[in-house]
Amino acid sequence: MPDPCLPQPAQIIERIEESPGLFTLRLCFTDPQVQRAYQFEPGQFNMLYLYGVGEIPISIVSDPKDEHVLDHTIRALGRVSKAMSRLKPGEFIGVRGPYGRGWPLLAAEQRDVVVVTGGLGCAPVVSVINYIAHRRERFGKLNIVQGVKHSSEFFWRERYDRWREIPDTRVLLAADRGDPVWPWHVGLVTELFDQLDFDPDHCSVMLCGPEGMMRAAVRQMLEKKVAESDIWLSMERNMQCAVGHCGHCQYGGKFICKDGPVFSYPELKPLFGTAGF
Amino acid sequence: MTIASPTTGFLLRSRLQSLLDILHQDGYTCIGPQLRDNVIHYDVLDSVDRLPQGLSDQQAPGHYQLSPAGHQRYFAWANGPQALKPLLFAPREALWQSQADTDGRLRFSEIIPATEPIAVIGVRACDIAALTIHDKHFLQQAYPDPCYQARREKLLLVAVNCSHPADTCFCASTGDGPHVSYGYDLALSELDDGFIVEAHTEKGLSIQSRLELDTVTAAQRETAHADNLHAAQQQTRSLPARNLQRLLFENLEHPRWEDIARRCLSCGNCTSVCPTCFCHSEFDDAALDGSSSNHYRQWDSCFNQGHSYIHGITIRSDTRLRYRQWLTHKLGSWHEQYGRSGCVGCGRCISWCPVGIDLTEEAAIICDEQDHA
Repeated sequence: MPDPCLPQPAQIIERIEESPGLFTLRLCFTDPQVQRAYQFEPGQFNMLYLYGVGEIPISIVSDPKDEHVLDHTIRALGRVSKAMSRLKPGEFIGVRGPYGRGWPLLAAEQRDVVVVTGGLGCAPVVSVINYIAHRRERFGKLNIVQGVKHSSEFFWRERYDRWREIPDTRVLLAADRGDPVWPWHVGLVTELFDQLDFDPDHCSVMLCGPEGMMRAAVRQMLEKKVAESDIWLSMERNMQCAVGHCGHCQYGGKFICKDGPVFSYPELKPLFGTAGF
Repeated sequence: MTIASPTTGFLLRSRLQSLLDILHQDGYTCIGPQLRDNVIHYDVLDSVDRLPQGLSDQQAPGHYQLSPAGHQRYFAWANGPQALKPLLFAPREALWQSQADTDGRLRFSEIIPATEPIAVIGVRACDIAALTIHDKHFLQQAYPDPCYQARREKLLLVAVNCSHPADTCFCASTGDGPHVSYGYDLALSELDDGFIVEAHTEKGLSIQSRLELDTVTAAQRETAHADNLHAAQQQTRSLPARNLQRLLFENLEHPRWEDIARRCLSCGNCTSVCPTCFCHSEFDDAALDGSSSNHYRQWDSCFNQGHSYIHGITIRSDTRLRYRQWLTHKLGSWHEQYGRSGCVGCGRCISWCPVGIDLTEEAAIICDEQDHA
């Protein structure tokens, strides 16, 4: 059995510039057998390795049903991601994964689903939305809420347009700061919650993005009488090993990499919002 | 394999070398305590002449000193800075290598360390407790660590029951010592003229059966027992016998954290000498000719700036938050992860803290319900 912690070579099939400093790498394992065997759950992540530089944890945005490519959307921000942003189609990187616990999609069946994301936080839930779109009859109403700081940072416009076409789906967008051609809400993403169409007694709320945004979203969802255990959050911390060994991602007693990155709110509640953890 | 009931015998001090010789015959490299740079540390040991005979240690917050003790015992001192940890979880090691061909195609290969059977002589109860924690962390989970495993499988432990704890020791209060009760192959109780040798596993029994042993007398047994009781009673430090997990997390805003932060240098010495701290960073080291790159791991510390870095943010930007992370993890959230405290009472973090911060004192102040009710 190959070492699950050893990267596998993958080729960049396509590089998509989503917005300045934000890019998607479309990858395919060079070994067809590895590509065929690779399976993941929405919400899981891979460690992407740039030769001679290092690794970063990146969530998988492509559809779990897509057998041919794996998409990772990355913000060029740190040492590794900046160097990775210069890669071109045809070049190679290493991929190991998938790691962690994804979104509770089985538990969400027959329920309304509310997906609230901020900034690049939408990346870890793209595969959730695609998953639901492909199995639409299994889920109740779908609400997709995305916020960005500035309207110019909004990306995947076509994707959101496409999601509006999914039956029984509401897409709500907000920018803290708009511009003359921003047609959607200007303000906080949580200000859109009154427009949501869902049953608080039978719903799964999935949150991903800056923790300040998630804190506000949790507060409002609880005010709407959503049960704590129906709120799920995807967390981020420094990760180097991805298997609960290196210790960087600890959040109280949790290892974000292996116990998460997706947690139910009650699991996080004792420390959630406490600076320094 | 643990044997049903331990067997014991008495080994004269003059015959201790025969234990090393038998271990050598069985193919073990012996690692044992010896004097280096004015501390007792563990290294390859071929002869009992290198053991720190007749030495005693004086330890206090930020203080460690050795001096002649006026007796001939080999193990009448408490642990120095080094635990078993570096023997199994290497301070720095390569995990895998990537190679690039001229087209940039990559090939990855594991690097499993070449290991040899190692017998460690003189392991104390606190370090066996720490080893058991590391076994849980590195092995008893979904992704067993191959490097740790390769070394662990070839490890034989000759424990020593502590007879002379340092002033910084508090293993009696954590329940991890001073007497070894599990996790070893052979255990020695040192008396003035020799050792009571107790076999705990089949491997230990096989070694014990080749030693020239006398029957243990009732008086010898009694002396060893008394030494052991004395070693526990001598300990003056202790951790508060309260629910530290609850109390620490209830007191995250206690003013004492700020007070500690004014003293703490954030140097990470405590995490280096701690036998249970497991944090490590991973990094690449590319060959100069560009044809390959090794992916390493290296001990890291939650006191380092980069430990909590995430896309432009440092979660623990100051010393208060870092010390609080360390202590709340070690004495608190560790319970959630491994079903027990992460502290085994070895006291190393107290002795080797350059400014002498004493976690037993800090925990007592922060968790004092009277003080902060």
